[in-house]
Amino acid sequence: MIRSLLVLSLIALLAMVLALAIGSVTISPSELWAVLQNQGSVLHQTLVWDLRLPRTLAAFATGGLLAVAGALMQVLLRNPLADPYVLGLSGGAAVGALLAMLAGMGALIISGSAFTGAMLATLLVFGLAHGTGSWTASRLLLTGVVVAAGWGAVITLMLALTPSYKLPGMLYWLMGDVSYARTPWPALVVLALAVVVIMPLARNLNVLARGSMQAAALGVSVRPLEWTIYLLASLLTATAVTTAGSIGFVGLIVPHMLRLVLGNDQRIILPASALAGGTLLVLADTLARTVIAPEQLPVGVITALLGVPTFLYLLHRSR
Amino acid sequence: MSTLHTRDLIINVPNRADGFPLNISIESGQVWGVLGPNGAGKTTLLHTLAGLLPARSGQVLLNHTPLTDLKRRDIARQLGLVFQERQDSFPATVLETAMIGRHPWLSPWQSEQAADVQRAQHALAAMDVDHLSERLLSTLSGGERQRVAIATLITQNPEIWLLDEPTNHLDLHHQVKVMRLLKNQAALNKTVFMCLHDLNLAARWCSHVLLLYTNGDACWGPANVMLKPCALEQLYKQKLITVEVDGAPVFVPVCCD
Repeated sequence: MIRSLLVLSLIALLAMVLALAIGSVTISPSELWAVLQNQGSVLHQTLVWDLRLPRTLAAFATGGLLAVAGALMQVLLRNPLADPYVLGLSGGAAVGALLAMLAGMGALIISGSAFTGAMLATLLVFGLAHGTGSWTASRLLLTGVVVAAGWGAVITLMLALTPSYKLPGMLYWLMGDVSYARTPWPALVVLALAVVVIMPLARNLNVLARGSMQAAALGVSVRPLEWTIYLLASLLTATAVTTAGSIGFVGLIVPHMLRLVLGNDQRIILPASALAGGTLLVLADTLARTVIAPEQLPVGVITALLGVPTFLYLLHRSR
Repeated sequence: MSTLHTRDLIINVPNRADGFPLNISIESGQVWGVLGPNGAGKTTLLHTLAGLLPARSGQVLLNHTPLTDLKRRDIARQLGLVFQERQDSFPATVLETAMIGRHPWLSPWQSEQAADVQRAQHALAAMDVDHLSERLLSTLSGGERQRVAIATLITQNPEIWLLDEPTNHLDLHHQVKVMRLLKNQAALNKTVFMCLHDLNLAARWCSHVLLLYTNGDACWGPANVMLKPCALEQLYKQKLITVEVDGAPVFVPVCCD
C-alpha cells in the first residue's frame, strides 16, 4: 500500500518537474535546480516562480480534487460510472460562472458565482432525490442525470443569447482551462484537508460499497456517512470548478484506472486518486500549452482526448 | 452467549393489520427457522430483529437491552446478518468482500492484521470459495456469491447469526454444508435464526420454528411440535404428503387438488 503511494508520489514529482521545464522557453534540469535555490537568470526565475509553478500546482490540485470527488461519488452511488459531472454539479457551477460573465463581472465574482452554482446544484439534486424520504443510490443518480441535462439546456440557451464577442471566454471556461487559476493555494489546502478527513472514514466506504443495508448491519452509521461523502464531494467539485472551469473525465477515469491496478480498498484508492488525478492534469496542462504553442488548448480537450481511449482500452482489457 | 428477545413486537409490513404480537426468546444453542408464504414478512422480521427497520410497536432486546438503545457498532459485534438481496455490482474481490466482516472489530485508524486476513481465508475455505479469492464478485455465479456472503458472516463471527434464506442458489451439497455449519455454530453456543423456504431443511436442521402467516398471525415453538402437516397446509394453502426418511419428516406437495 505504502509502496504504490510512494511510486505515485514520485511520478507526480517527475510530472511537475517536466511541467516546470517545458514551455515557450525550455529550462534544463540544472537550470531548474538553480532556480529552485533562488539562483539562475531573472527570466527563468520569473517563468518558474510567477508563471509555471502556480499554474502547475493549480493543475495538480484541480486534478486531485476532481479524482477524489469522483472516487467518493462512485462509492456513494455504488456505480463505477458516477462522477461529479454526471450528477450535474459542474452544470450548476457553469451556469453560475456564465451568468457572472454575461453580467460582465470580474474574475473573483465569476469564481464565487461558480462555487455558489455548484453548491446550489448539490442541494437541488439532494433535495429532489430525498423527496418523500426514500433516498436510494439509483434515485440520486437518476435525479442527478436529469438535473445535469437541465443545466445543459440552460447553458445552451445562455450561449445562444450571448453577444458573439463574449463567446470565446465562455467556451474556454466550459471546456476547462487552468490558466484561469489565479492562485493554487485554496484548491491545494482543500485537497489536503479532504484527504485528512476522508482517511479515517475510508474503511467505512469499503463497507458502504457493498450496499447501505449491509453497511448498517456491519456497524456503519450510514446516513451521516452518506451526507458527509456527498457534501465533501460537492465541496471538492465546487473548488475544482472554481479553480479551473469545467474539466471532464478526470473524476470518472482516474479512480476507475486505479481500481484496475491497485484493487478496491478505498484506503489506497482515495489518496492514490489525489496523486494520480493531479499528475494527469499536470501532464495534460503541459501538453495543452505546448502542443500548438504559442496557441494554447483548453485542458479539458486534452483530458477528454487522452481519457476516452485509455478508458476504453482498460475496460476492454479488464476481467 | 447472547440472546435475542422480542417484547410484544409487531413488525411494520405496509398495509397490514397488526396481527399477533411476537414474544419470542431466541437463546444460544438454538437453531430457528422462520417459515411462511411469500410476502408474509419474513425478511421484514429479520431486518427488524437486526435493528435495521423500525418496529410498528414493541421492542427487540439484545441481551435484555433494547436495540434502539445500542450503537450500531456494538450491535454489529453481537449480531450479524446475511441478506437475501445484495448489491454485488460495485467492484470488489471475494477476499475484499469477506474482509468487511472484520469492520465492527477494528477502530477507524486500525487496519486488518494477518490474523484478520487468516480468519477471512478460513471462512472462504469453509464455504469452498477460497480458490476464487482474487476474483471480482460480479464475475461469480449466484451460488458462489451466496457462499461468499455466508463466509463474510463467518468472518464477522458474531454471537447471533441471522440469515435470510441462506440456501438460496446453493446446490444440494452446499445446502447441507451450510446447514451443518449453522448447526455446529449453535453447538458452540451461538444463536441461529433464519428464514427458509424449504420445509424439509427446517424439519431436519432446526430446533425451533416460527410460522408466519400472510395476515400477520404467527405461532412458534420446538420444531417437532410445530411441523405438523395440518398447520403447514394451512400456512401455505397447499396439500402435503408426509413421509419419514432418515429420522426426519419429509413434506412433499400434492400436485393435483
